[in-house]
Amino acid sequence: MEPAEGRAREKKVPREVSGQAPLLHMGVSPHIRAADTTTRIMGWVIIAVLPLTVYGVYIGGFKAFLVIAMSVIGAVATEAIIQRIRHIPVTISDLSALLTGLLLGLTLPPRLPWWIALMGGVAAIALGKQVFGGLGHNIFNPALVGRAVIFVSYPAYMTTSYLVRGQAFVVNTPTIRALNSVTTATPLFVAGQVRDHQLAVNTARYIGPYLWGNPWGCIGEVSAILILLGLGILLYQGLVDWRIPVCMAGTVVLLSWALGMNPILAAVSGGLLFGACFMATDYVTNPMTAWGKVVFSVGCGLVTVVLRFYSNLPEGVMFAILLMNGFTPMIDRYMKPRPFGHKSVVSQA
Amino acid sequence: MGWAQRMKRALFTRGGVHPEPRKVSSIMKIFPGPNPEQVIIPLSQHIGAPCEPVVEIGDEVLVGQKIGDSAEYVSAPVHSSVSGEVTGIKKYPHPGGHDMLAIQITSDHLDRPSPDLQPVAEPLELAPGEIRVRVREGGIVGMGGAGFPTHVKLDTPADKSIEVMIVNGAECEPYLTGDYRVMLENSEQVLMGAKIAQRALGADRIVVGVEHVFPDVIRVMREAGGPFGIEVVSLPCRYPQGAEKSLIKSIAGREVPTGGLPRDVGASVSNVQTCYAVYDLFYNGRPLTDRVLTVAGDGIAGTANLRVKIGTTVSDVIDYCGGMVGEPGKVILGGPMMGVAQYTTGVPVIKTTSGIIVLRADTMLVEEPGHFTCIRCGRCVKRCPMNLMPYQMASYADIGDWDALERFDLEECMECGCCAYICPTKNPLVQLIKVGKDGLARRRRKMDSLVGTGDGRG
Repeated sequence: MEPAEGRAREKKVPREVSGQAPLLHMGVSPHIRAADTTTRIMGWVIIAVLPLTVYGVYIGGFKAFLVIAMSVIGAVATEAIIQRIRHIPVTISDLSALLTGLLLGLTLPPRLPWWIALMGGVAAIALGKQVFGGLGHNIFNPALVGRAVIFVSYPAYMTTSYLVRGQAFVVNTPTIRALNSVTTATPLFVAGQVRDHQLAVNTARYIGPYLWGNPWGCIGEVSAILILLGLGILLYQGLVDWRIPVCMAGTVVLLSWALGMNPILAAVSGGLLFGACFMATDYVTNPMTAWGKVVFSVGCGLVTVVLRFYSNLPEGVMFAILLMNGFTPMIDRYMKPRPFGHKSVVSQA
Repeated sequence: MGWAQRMKRALFTRGGVHPEPRKVSSIMKIFPGPNPEQVIIPLSQHIGAPCEPVVEIGDEVLVGQKIGDSAEYVSAPVHSSVSGEVTGIKKYPHPGGHDMLAIQITSDHLDRPSPDLQPVAEPLELAPGEIRVRVREGGIVGMGGAGFPTHVKLDTPADKSIEVMIVNGAECEPYLTGDYRVMLENSEQVLMGAKIAQRALGADRIVVGVEHVFPDVIRVMREAGGPFGIEVVSLPCRYPQGAEKSLIKSIAGREVPTGGLPRDVGASVSNVQTCYAVYDLFYNGRPLTDRVLTVAGDGIAGTANLRVKIGTTVSDVIDYCGGMVGEPGKVILGGPMMGVAQYTTGVPVIKTTSGIIVLRADTMLVEEPGHFTCIRCGRCVKRCPMNLMPYQMASYADIGDWDALERFDLEECMECGCCAYICPTKNPLVQLIKVGKDGLARRRRKMDSLVGTGDGRG
């Protein structure tokens, strides 16, 4: 996990002493540093989602590629422009904007018009990241902010741009009939419901496609197996905490099971796995402590289930994570670890 | 490192980091150090009151002769490490960073021993009080790094009892192998010294803690300690395993309470070389005038474990090892994680100098951010052995928000450097936490002067 090392460079303040001594660097310990850098971390996350991206583009075709490319371009260009305007160093080379754009693109439907994807990329960086002050300062996951913006702006496009529309195989299920009778849902809305709401497709014969080659999801939801492969890469590199995906997916699975849904289908369908592995684990917007991460991810799971089962929203995971992002500063403040040698946590916050 | 171990570390490591060991000098026998023309012996090489010189310029001194002492209890005398003439008593550069009063002695290269201290026939028969008096006279301090006077540590208060005495063989800093070599080459002597210390402490048992990556040392120490009933524990290999509190937690399973001492949980920790110094004092009649240290790093021609006379200047040791190579970068006294970078090689080796690490300028370059930049990866929190929140402490210190800093337990931080080591944005976390500690101390002093009560709390 800590491969080769670089060493610290401190301010170059050499002093010459008594004429004969060599000029030496000063600096506070530690004098060696782990080799991991922000760029390397971002690069590894990109590598982790790369198999998924390639397969998603393979399934979704050129339009899917265009969606991802546009959201990446929108994100990177916005980062550069805003940093130029703010007269601060342009840091697109740390790959964080590229990663945001890529993650956003993977959460978009493959048949989405390219200009909406571009707009999502711009919104992700501008509204999700740079208004807060840039990398490390944002409260909400930038990619999800971008998605939320275009989701509320263009709900029609966002719920119909899939490779296979959902209505064909679900229209006659009791749930949809119930929903129709109560809420007079439009067909578009039903399609949205169906996509993320496994209520309507609660049958084990859809598990196979969700694992490999899912045609009725976003680009990044094309294969649960590849999502788990990406998670494996992140865990092996020590980049994410296992608690977040495990607790979030575990909460959703258990609660869905209790509410009468096929638990495996609950796990692999919709945006849950992608959100739990790549969105909830975003460094900046989840808590720092181990127990804080547990609270955060269980909360994400709870809200996801509530939204999936009891709301009009077709998308549970996105708003669940965004909502819990808002709680992160509070969790960080109150869930401090017990300092070594202390009897118990004394909250002085 | 196999993939399974790597996965285990990635998933479950909490507290501590795994820097590359770089212990190439572990195969090198301890060699005698240089025979310097002059030694500079600081009068303060320990925690506590500095010594007053008891010799004057022009005096002739012998090896092991006391040249500085203090009337204070928490202090330890210093002895000459060479025989020769006192040629200066003034402020010299000190490894701590400030110039300190020190005694310069010009050697006559004869190394005539002083008759002041003599071997004791049966040290284990001595009364504990007698042992402590002699340990103090021998000028022995903790040689692991802090330099706490050993006779104070061996003085168990009446209301406390020491259950376990831990011999600290966990040399967790990269590069350093001095303790390792001492354990390998002088295992019996170390354990005999530990037995004497145990008698003074009144401890029930002795446990030696060694990191599991040194099976040869564990074997040798077990062979030597078996007849005495001394237990040798194999410890997980991570930094800072050798930190006192971490070691007690690993071996005795107890946490030293905040602001407390190891004796509060019935434990006492002594470094391997401290034990060796105790042995040397009682069986050979030699006070603490030399120590084993490691000279290493990519900026020095020769890597070695040397038994160096206290007071030898770093430049003498570097010359002895073949001099620097490449553009000089840093000269660090101690290990690279907690050692102090020196501004001059004119500083002397003191009782607590565990290594001289020379780094080249061209290989030690890493971009540091211009100001505190955190991507909230959480590694510093995960790796902090004291379970603190380094990123929060550092960011509040960076903006000077002392009110917010009061909420954190800054005094718990031992500045081990795990957070700064692991930080992907290369924030100088230790430096900022030091700033925070200093800021809080100044703030409290100011409060006290305003309120006028002066109980030390703001």
